[in-house]
Amino acid sequence: MHRFANPARFLKLARPLTGWTLWPGLLLLGAGVIGGLFVTPPDYLQGDSARILYIHVPTAWLGMAGWSGLAIAGISQLVWRHPLATLAGRAIAPVGALYTALCLATGSIWGRPTWGTWWEWDGRLTSMLILFFLYLAYVALASAERERGAGGEGKMAAIFAIAGAINLPIIHYSVVWWNTLHQGQSIDLVRGESTIDPALLWPLLLTVLGFTLLFCAIVLMRMRADLARTRLEMRLKRQATEAA
Amino acid sequence: MMMRPKNQRLVLVSAALVALGLAALLALWGLQDRAAYFVTPSEIVAGKLEPGQSARLGGMVEEGSLQQLDDGVSVRFSVHDGDKAVAVTHAGILPDLFREGSGVVAEGRLGPDGVFIADRILAKHDERYMPPELDHLETAAETVER
Repeated sequence: MHRFANPARFLKLARPLTGWTLWPGLLLLGAGVIGGLFVTPPDYLQGDSARILYIHVPTAWLGMAGWSGLAIAGISQLVWRHPLATLAGRAIAPVGALYTALCLATGSIWGRPTWGTWWEWDGRLTSMLILFFLYLAYVALASAERERGAGGEGKMAAIFAIAGAINLPIIHYSVVWWNTLHQGQSIDLVRGESTIDPALLWPLLLTVLGFTLLFCAIVLMRMRADLARTRLEMRLKRQATEAA
Repeated sequence: MMMRPKNQRLVLVSAALVALGLAALLALWGLQDRAAYFVTPSEIVAGKLEPGQSARLGGMVEEGSLQQLDDGVSVRFSVHDGDKAVAVTHAGILPDLFREGSGVVAEGRLGPDGVFIADRILAKHDERYMPPELDHLETAAETVER
């Protein structure tokens, strides 16, 4: 990984990778949404409202995957002092927060016609809301550390990301450990089983892949923009000292 | 033995992670069933709820148990968890997805006669998603089996 410690080398890879993830991601997402809205039959009990799962499930997965990314970046920053780790954390956090917000919003919209309530304080819903608040705190912490300059190098944010990762297994197992209003998991990746009928499942696979690629593309763009901003700031500083 | 600073930090972070995990486990252990969203009929039959204590009751609506009461607005049905069952009354509108044989959460309190008086009914959806035709097929298969 330290081969990419050099920003120039990272940018050489990141530039083409942005396009490779962005366009296939948008394409898959579009195909999945069209398939999910117009091609698949409605659910036997919920009717058309079940179609929101094609957005809800991918955003939930990426909200959690995003925080896993923050925790991994935090560890590689604290242990290996990888220069891109802080940058990656700053790039991931707002995107993860947005996905988590989308997950909460779509779940709420689905909950009203299905359960008969917009919001309930059950284990799954509450732990997911906590994840959203953790993201907001991380964004505030990381940007405060960036404004303060090179001294801390995002150490506080890294520690916070690792500590916050404890919420991820809680979200995942909340429907197993406690009685919840939220249903149990439909897709068991370990056993490869799904209680979603294949006729309803295929657009979900498309949107999960599409949203994931889109997530990567946005993170890459944000990292490149952040690097460009740092370079600009350094150039302005140099010019200021030369002028003085 | 001297450790390289990188490995020293790795050990430190790992130790912190283990400690954090254990702390979380302890906290969750303390929470246990207080974090539960609802109680089950078995827990009510076992005497977990005092009469008048507000709670949520969760389970499946027993097939054929739904009946309209004489006052014209109340319904009565039975909620079971495969083991024990508790009768529930509710004066109000049931959610669209309320079905016999389907999951339900009733918010209210236990009456002195052991009947749960619900102020609010929520439908609980299970993890199955399938097209309507398949549902008919499965119902047909069940009828044939009978």
